[in-house]
Amino acid sequence: MAKRIGMEVSIAAAEAVALADVDVIAAYPITPQTHIVEHLSELVANGHLDAEFIPVESEHSAMSCCVGSAAAGARTFTSTSSQGYALMSEICYIAAGLRLPIVMLTANRALSAPISIWNDHADMMMSRDTGWIQTVAENGQEVIDLVFHAFRVAEDQRVLLPVIVNLDGFILSHMIEPMILLDKEEVDRYLPPYRPKLRLDPKEPITMGPVGMPEVYTESKVAHDEALKASRAVITEAWKEFGDLFGRYYHPVETYKTEDAETILITMGSISETAMTAVDAMRADGRSVGLARIRLWRPFPTEELIAAVKGARTLAVMDRALTLNGVCGPVCAELKSALYDRDLHPYLQNYIVGLGGRDVTVQNFMEMSDGVVEAAERGAPMGYEIINVRE
Amino acid sequence: MQLNVPDRDYMHSGHVGCPGCGAAVAMKFVLRALGNKTIMVLPACCWSIIAGPYPQSTLQIPLIHSAFETGGAMASGVRAALDVKGDKETCVVTWAGDGGTFDIGFQALSGAVERNEDFIYFCYDNEAYMNTGIQRSSSTPYGAWTTTTPGRDWKRMRKKNIVEALVAHRIPYAATASIAYPEDLLRKVSKARSIKGSRFLHIFASCPTGWRIPSEISVKIARMAVQTNIFPLYEVENGRKYTINFMPKGYLVKEYFKLQGRFKHLSESDLDQIQAMVEEDWELLLRKAGVPLQG
Repeated sequence: MAKRIGMEVSIAAAEAVALADVDVIAAYPITPQTHIVEHLSELVANGHLDAEFIPVESEHSAMSCCVGSAAAGARTFTSTSSQGYALMSEICYIAAGLRLPIVMLTANRALSAPISIWNDHADMMMSRDTGWIQTVAENGQEVIDLVFHAFRVAEDQRVLLPVIVNLDGFILSHMIEPMILLDKEEVDRYLPPYRPKLRLDPKEPITMGPVGMPEVYTESKVAHDEALKASRAVITEAWKEFGDLFGRYYHPVETYKTEDAETILITMGSISETAMTAVDAMRADGRSVGLARIRLWRPFPTEELIAAVKGARTLAVMDRALTLNGVCGPVCAELKSALYDRDLHPYLQNYIVGLGGRDVTVQNFMEMSDGVVEAAERGAPMGYEIINVRE
Repeated sequence: MQLNVPDRDYMHSGHVGCPGCGAAVAMKFVLRALGNKTIMVLPACCWSIIAGPYPQSTLQIPLIHSAFETGGAMASGVRAALDVKGDKETCVVTWAGDGGTFDIGFQALSGAVERNEDFIYFCYDNEAYMNTGIQRSSSTPYGAWTTTTPGRDWKRMRKKNIVEALVAHRIPYAATASIAYPEDLLRKVSKARSIKGSRFLHIFASCPTGWRIPSEISVKIARMAVQTNIFPLYEVENGRKYTINFMPKGYLVKEYFKLQGRFKHLSESDLDQIQAMVEEDWELLLRKAGVPLQG
């Protein structure tokens, strides 16, 4: 039977990875990912988890180790943040290109300089195009549920791609929250044992990752792109089955009071919960506001997001990362492109929020919501604005 | 001499190496001694090309091509996966060049052997970044021309002593070997395969393209490197027990240098200086091995 727990989210995430019966974990410590891998090494050391824990000498080696392990057919996990993610990103491309179903938890953190150990989404955006599936959690329950989902999707023979579950560093990773943790029997029902069709095996020798001449490189990228596209169906199917089994349903885009909303806020990650509180307060005040939260970052849920926002007149799109001197932030750029493709022209503003751990409050959301309506009335040019900047 | 190793080759005939490629010779011999219960990690190096582009491969063993600096780490991951599955029989090896070993991959190699990962790391050493066009590495010897030590800026730093760096990690087995001494090479590979933990083989593999030598003297040059004490053959067990496998007959280093275009700019006094450096290194090795100094 699933049990109710009150636990730090990082510890619960590690428990979920252990319940998924992972074979190999390779990790290097970086704040704020540390509690996840510390707890896993403890579970291995005390015999609760029968796995190899490799305390490598860098994140670059962590991902390299994971590639070796997954290529040899083991269920493989790692976790990182920020600078470590940047360091391993070279190998993240290789993991995806070789179609290895590694699962990684990223405790999202800002990138230096200046040094910041606190949360934003710069690391997630830096690795946006590695070709991994990327999901985003808003609370502890979602983190652990998305871990099971990640292994299930990654290893599906129709997918075979690595998966990242993003959780906001500290703001989420270090919270103590009430959660429901599945038991082993329930996890086993949802997540079948990993049986790779292709692996490094002396009985059936194969070569992985040789030189791709110009005659084949494009085709290999097309195959990867098609695989990521095709993973959508498996991702939603696996969420549906999770919901049918355990009662918690997940979707690529989660909506909150959007049906009749004139203004819709678009968020990703843990700020979504604050945004919901703001929506409730504004609704109570008679303002027509809703919220669309992006749960699936890659493959990008274009259709679902368009469906969620197309009835609104004004959109306030939050980005927790800055595309310095670009047109707008990365989430907003995706949305704008998708709207253009469909000849939809709602008024929208892009707000850059919560960089390097800065709080994003209920009041902030109300100001952004009112701000986009006011800017639309004024006919202000659409662009991006960094909020909460000190004078 | 009868070699106590199978004569079965695990390379198909045909590869994409240059004529006289020492790295290709090294691979052929090493695979004979390893056998086919082997998984190979191949970080970027000449062999990334030599093995052949998709969909071809000259190697008959399972192989994963990987990024430059991943040799130590990726092999650790493969080993861990096999251990979890209870496969103790398959030998995991890394096959890397000098750039991937001495330079960019040194951290991952050091990390892997510090953890005493159960694998064999082979470094075939052609003393520069040959695949990218003969740029200097920390394995390039004192005195050499490369495309990044051109003209009068020939390399004036010593070659990094990679085996001693590995010995300092107190790994179970570290050895040098040469394509010109196949019996010694095969014996060392077989010995390494029988030992648990991290093992390191440093194989001298001449490069006619980069060294500016005719391809037909590739093996001869490798033999001269040993005979002149430039590349002594020795092995070190558990970071302590040194054994010198070949006692040279005192050939002068200039005999080796004058055959190679990469050294043609060196003066007599440069060569005398290099001779003194080689003798100093050799005496240091003799002391470590507990062999009395001659003369």
